[in-house]
Amino acid sequence: MRRPLIPVGSPFQLLLLAASFALAGYAGVRLLADDWFGVAVWFVGAALLHDLVLLPLYAAADRAVVRGLGAAGHREWVRYVRVPAALSGLLLLVWFPLISGMVDRRYRLGTGLSPDGFLARWLLITAVLFGASALLLALRLRRATKQRPPAVH
Amino acid sequence: MTRSPSSPGFWRSPLRGAWLTSALGVVLLGGITVLFVTGLVSYAAYNPNLSPVNDKTPDKGILGFYLFPWPTDPHWLYRLNQGLHVTLGITLIPVLLAKLWSVIPRLFALPPARSLAHALERISLLLLVGGALFEFVTGVLNIQLDYVFPGSFYTLHFYGAWVFFAAFVAHAVLKTPAALRNLRRLRDEEPSDLVSPRPDPPTVSRRGALWFVGGGSLLLFATTAGQSFDGLLRRTALLAPHGGADPGGGPSGFQINKTAAYAGIHAAETAEDAWRLVVTGRTGTVRLSRAQLARLPLHSAALPIACVEGWSTSDQWWRGVRLRDLAALVGYDDDPPDVLVESLQRRGAFRRAALRANQVADPRSLLALYVNGEDLSPDHGFPARIIVPAAPGVLNTKWVARMTFGDL
Repeated sequence: MRRPLIPVGSPFQLLLLAASFALAGYAGVRLLADDWFGVAVWFVGAALLHDLVLLPLYAAADRAVVRGLGAAGHREWVRYVRVPAALSGLLLLVWFPLISGMVDRRYRLGTGLSPDGFLARWLLITAVLFGASALLLALRLRRATKQRPPAVH
Repeated sequence: MTRSPSSPGFWRSPLRGAWLTSALGVVLLGGITVLFVTGLVSYAAYNPNLSPVNDKTPDKGILGFYLFPWPTDPHWLYRLNQGLHVTLGITLIPVLLAKLWSVIPRLFALPPARSLAHALERISLLLLVGGALFEFVTGVLNIQLDYVFPGSFYTLHFYGAWVFFAAFVAHAVLKTPAALRNLRRLRDEEPSDLVSPRPDPPTVSRRGALWFVGGGSLLLFATTAGQSFDGLLRRTALLAPHGGADPGGGPSGFQINKTAAYAGIHAAETAEDAWRLVVTGRTGTVRLSRAQLARLPLHSAALPIACVEGWSTSDQWWRGVRLRDLAALVGYDDDPPDVLVESLQRRGAFRRAALRANQVADPRSLLALYVNGEDLSPDHGFPARIIVPAAPGVLNTKWVARMTFGDL
């Protein structure tokens, strides 16, 4: 008997995935009913944009920080840059429409609130994050200097 | 070969491994289950089966199998459900991003499929990852009023959730047993394709990485959760759409979903000599001016405004005519029926909304004329608005023009 070209795999997994695709298909035809192309672009585009653009970008930025500080002999400082930068970037990513001001008009007209503070507040939070990080690093360096045995001098 | 992402040596982080992915996966298993359930509950809260005007997804078919008449108790039910849905969703974003980061080498793994089942699983992962990002992105954009997505938010977020959930259940069934095994094993790493064969020296421990993700979640939570409360707590929601200050001051200085200007309401049409409430029922039609309404028996109720976007106000003190008293005016003395409420507003997906008989019958359900001791402000629905316990904000119709009682 010839072996099939591709093995079939677990029958349980096949049945489970068949059921999953059937349900996804039932909802999917309804999801795609109005503007199938636009929705498909958003659905697949979200995955591609994340996997092939966002993730490589932040990974490359992180690697640049690690290399840069490593070259300067301060690899252990990485966290003091990485943590505030990532947290600030996370806030920008989530609240980009409000921070960038792209929904200003609708926001003001709809809610009766001022859209002006978001950018300023994000910048202030970013300043606090980097400032706190710098402070922690400074404290750590001071402690390290004090603990260093005098013989080193 | 290490220059190609399909080569295991391309991925250098010493953090990747079965334990980290399992830990993040278990958090998402619980979190996304809560998001899905609260999402379904939110849909039920609209009473979509009551009337086509309440249902933006009328082709739902069996996806509405679980629907039930939405109760009016406890009166904070929708406030809690929706605050949980939105705040938890935002809080989980760092966990989702970290989870996707932890498994990214597998996207490029070769051969593309080891078996038919494996090939199907990889296709299913496109629905899983695309679906998760689609749901999070449409949700995050909608609460910021950034309606750039291709269609109605309700349609996309509801059907998208089911596509995502179909893939999520399959993924959870296939992976949860192994994930729990990995976590029980605690520290000794199971051999996994995720572990880099030539890792860079670590810059952070695995425990540190989890703290980092948790810190991101905590920061998002801390700058969002306050928009479900009033006063100082709301001011802690530094970046959330309804955080910060309240609009204006005084008795009407609480959060507004859509202002009178946005809805296209002109002062001329709400003036005392122009505006009439038209109430229709079993015995015909009654037209009432605001002054006539104010001479009917008035009742009070302390109820919140809770929006599908996740923000809410604390209880406001509403005063007005009971909906069941209005039903009695048009022939429904002891058996309040459903009601179709129509607003003066010209646009907006819910300028017409239906309330179920149990909502009409609740003694706290009012056609409010006053809030916190003063006339309603134009932005809160002057001359008269609906307020119903536990109902989503959009069903508390503002600038009411017409009410038609009867079985819908």
